[in-house]
Amino acid sequence: MKQLFLRGIAIIGLLVATTAHAQLRVEISGVGANQIPIAIAGFSGETIAPQQITAIIKADLARSGMFRIIETGDVMTETATVNFGDWKSRGADALVIGSVQRLADGRFDVRYKLLDTVRSTQLSALALAALPQFTRVTGHKIADDIYEKLIGVRGAFATRIAYVTKVGNEYRLEIADSDGEGTHIALRSNEPIISPAWSPDGAKVAYVSFENKKPVVYVQDLVTRQRAVVANHKGSNSAPAWSPDGSKLAVALSRGGLTQIYLVNPDGSGLRQLTNTNGIATEPQFSADGQHVYFTSDRTGGPQIYRMSTTGGEAQRVTFNGSYNISPRVSPDGKALAYISRRDGRFQLYVLDLTNSQEQRLSDTVKDESPSFSPNGKYIMYATESGRRGTLAVVSVDGRVKHRLTTQAGDIREPTWGPFMK
Amino acid sequence: MRILSTLTIILSSVLLFSACSTVTLDEKPPVEERTGTAPTTNGADPRSVNTITTQSSDPLNDPQGVLAKRSIYFDLDSYIVKDDFRPLIEAHARYLTTNKARKIVIQGNTDERGGSEYNLALGQKRAEAVRKSLSLLGVAEVQMEAVSFGKEKPKALGSDEPAWAENRRADIIY
Repeated sequence: MKQLFLRGIAIIGLLVATTAHAQLRVEISGVGANQIPIAIAGFSGETIAPQQITAIIKADLARSGMFRIIETGDVMTETATVNFGDWKSRGADALVIGSVQRLADGRFDVRYKLLDTVRSTQLSALALAALPQFTRVTGHKIADDIYEKLIGVRGAFATRIAYVTKVGNEYRLEIADSDGEGTHIALRSNEPIISPAWSPDGAKVAYVSFENKKPVVYVQDLVTRQRAVVANHKGSNSAPAWSPDGSKLAVALSRGGLTQIYLVNPDGSGLRQLTNTNGIATEPQFSADGQHVYFTSDRTGGPQIYRMSTTGGEAQRVTFNGSYNISPRVSPDGKALAYISRRDGRFQLYVLDLTNSQEQRLSDTVKDESPSFSPNGKYIMYATESGRRGTLAVVSVDGRVKHRLTTQAGDIREPTWGPFMK
Repeated sequence: MRILSTLTIILSSVLLFSACSTVTLDEKPPVEERTGTAPTTNGADPRSVNTITTQSSDPLNDPQGVLAKRSIYFDLDSYIVKDDFRPLIEAHARYLTTNKARKIVIQGNTDERGGSEYNLALGQKRAEAVRKSLSLLGVAEVQMEAVSFGKEKPKALGSDEPAWAENRRADIIY
């Protein structure tokens, strides 16, 4: 009987391990120029929640590259009296304390305080009540608050990412937290899926699926599973991008022979051709203000990035370095452009400062693809290859902080970082 | 006179007979030949049945015919149908102009290098080049659709020139 019980535990252990393998694994390399030393005490009562809140906060802050975590074995509730001098002498400029309590309705009430040990003041305090399945999100929200109070920029830990995995012959569109945890499968198919694009409210994802033996653009509501065909015209339909207000999509269609950019409503109505060039025009991306569309065109031979007004008119060339520049992505503040450039046979991530035309290479990998900005504009996620296998990489826009997300099995590709959500 | 004529008949019969026997000696009669291939040689089961398939009336189904060739290969960074593939294109154009109910999809492909979406547009350029060639030879637009798989469905896996060359291709699918 005891034997059986132990075996039962072993099997449960195995199941847990298998689930963990399906998750993305994070490897951090490189840190910010100035790291803030921060101590995060254990939250009193946090062992009752499905996930350890402080472990999530620590992992988020460490991954950002902007913090140095001061190890502490202490457990401190948010009402505890704090000896600021003691924490200062332990090297912490900031201290996080808190508690977790189960409410009568089954939710967990998480309370936390962020303290400045140098100035002996309280910087922030939050009380978040959430259902057990949202424990991870609560941890990310506290990390977001700490990031914002200490860095001065809104945190993006509580955001989500979408990407495509390929395991065997199966393609999956997956949704995960920004740290790669908490994965959900939005779509399974035996045919390729490419170019996922989040709606600005984070409720829908547009993508290209080859399930009908040709590329067709769909919009899928992640909650209701309702799916609408946005573009299924004669020829190829691809490269969806949402306008900032979510009212329109830009897509690339070959219905006229050459691939050109069109604007369309999310339900497929109101199709209007935007570009009309004697070359390819594809990979549209709206500017932050929605007034312009950036896109890739080979009108001068090799692919370069151009910009034109959504009301029409002439397109202006944006990239001039190198003979192959593709996949433009505009930063949320509209001041920078990330793209992939081929130089000496290497496909690498670059960022262009649109205010002064300064260009910087951000990656040292050689098969980079599909860049996307974090919604706070501080990081760029992109697809690359590691040992013939597709992986996701994240780099800070200054190039200093780097980390990678890998899976044990299969390829990951086509990442796209979702918007801020409530 | 009567005796003479009788003699003539006998003689000619003899001659005829001898002529006949000469023939029989040189060539075995067919009956004998058939029995010769009978079970005596290490032969097949006399009750076995072997199938003969008649020639298909649709040349599209002839595995030896020119229409069996349905892949057009392209040079690196090229979207022009090479002269080597003229006979192939012309044969499909002839078939499609005489069989107006038949429809094709032209699937363009690229090698694995570069971005998914840009490669999708490049694969489209290859499919369109084939479509235009067929169109110039009189194939109706309603019979054709040019689509692209970009680099998403490589026929050859691997990251070397032979694999890349195999994947720079447009396929005609009936």
